[in-house]
Amino acid sequence: MKGVYTWGAILVIVFASVVGDVLLARAMKQVGDVGALRRRVGLPAVVRRTLGNPNFLFGVIAMAVAFFSLLFALSWGDVSLVAPAAASLTFIGNAVAAKIFLHERVDRRRWIAASLVAAGVALLAG
Amino acid sequence: MNFRKYLVLAGVTVFAAAGDSMLSHGMKQTGSISLNHLQGVIFAILNPWVAIGILLLLAFFSTYMTALSWADLTYVLPATSLGYVLLALVARFLLHEHVSPLRWLGIALITGGVGFIAGGPELTEHPKAAELDDQRAVAATSSPLLSKDAGSRAPNGVRS
Repeated sequence: MKGVYTWGAILVIVFASVVGDVLLARAMKQVGDVGALRRRVGLPAVVRRTLGNPNFLFGVIAMAVAFFSLLFALSWGDVSLVAPAAASLTFIGNAVAAKIFLHERVDRRRWIAASLVAAGVALLAG
Repeated sequence: MNFRKYLVLAGVTVFAAAGDSMLSHGMKQTGSISLNHLQGVIFAILNPWVAIGILLLLAFFSTYMTALSWADLTYVLPATSLGYVLLALVARFLLHEHVSPLRWLGIALITGGVGFIAGGPELTEHPKAAELDDQRAVAATSSPLLSKDAGSRAPNGVRS
């Protein structure tokens, strides 16, 4: 039964961080190339534009949910399972979500990269 | 990708790894915080390691946002996963901790993954193409300044 709770927590963490990453990536694409923008309108305007973007705010909230659910899960779950499983599944989840929601071209090169990194992170964090 | 962009990606990697290590070092000094004694959080922030860790994580977040403004999520995430490798190398060579063969395999896999992504384009082309179309449309209708800009960019697009 504890296994079910642990995997449930892992899924919540992965879901929240994938939602957060996708929203933040979308927000920053809407803001535009920060380097070029800063040269044109100045840093304060770039910061205002970023903080005023609704996707950015929801992204930060999702990241906070992911962070606190990780803390919560680590306080009663098995650290050697929760940390690597969550980190590594987030890489795979992000690749799928970026393809579907951000229409990024996730070609074979990127699938291989995401899978290798996911496997490597699982081994390192474990 | 120019030098400045590689520098931003290196910033994401280093700030995340350094910030996490400082924070974890500081939190081990302050001890655990319970929900009943939330004032412990304030003491934790006063710890210099925790404070530096938070500053570094803020630097991480701003470089991460900068990278996402001109590169795909599926490019930035694998590219900056070298931070995990950095942490393992710091543990091995600065802190003289034992790194097991399985962890060395993990380091090799991540490095291989980063190698795969590094040769490819950092951005899916459609937003750029749309932007260029916008510029052409604007240039065709109005400002001479913008039309000059679009004119100088168009050959680049054709060449690549």
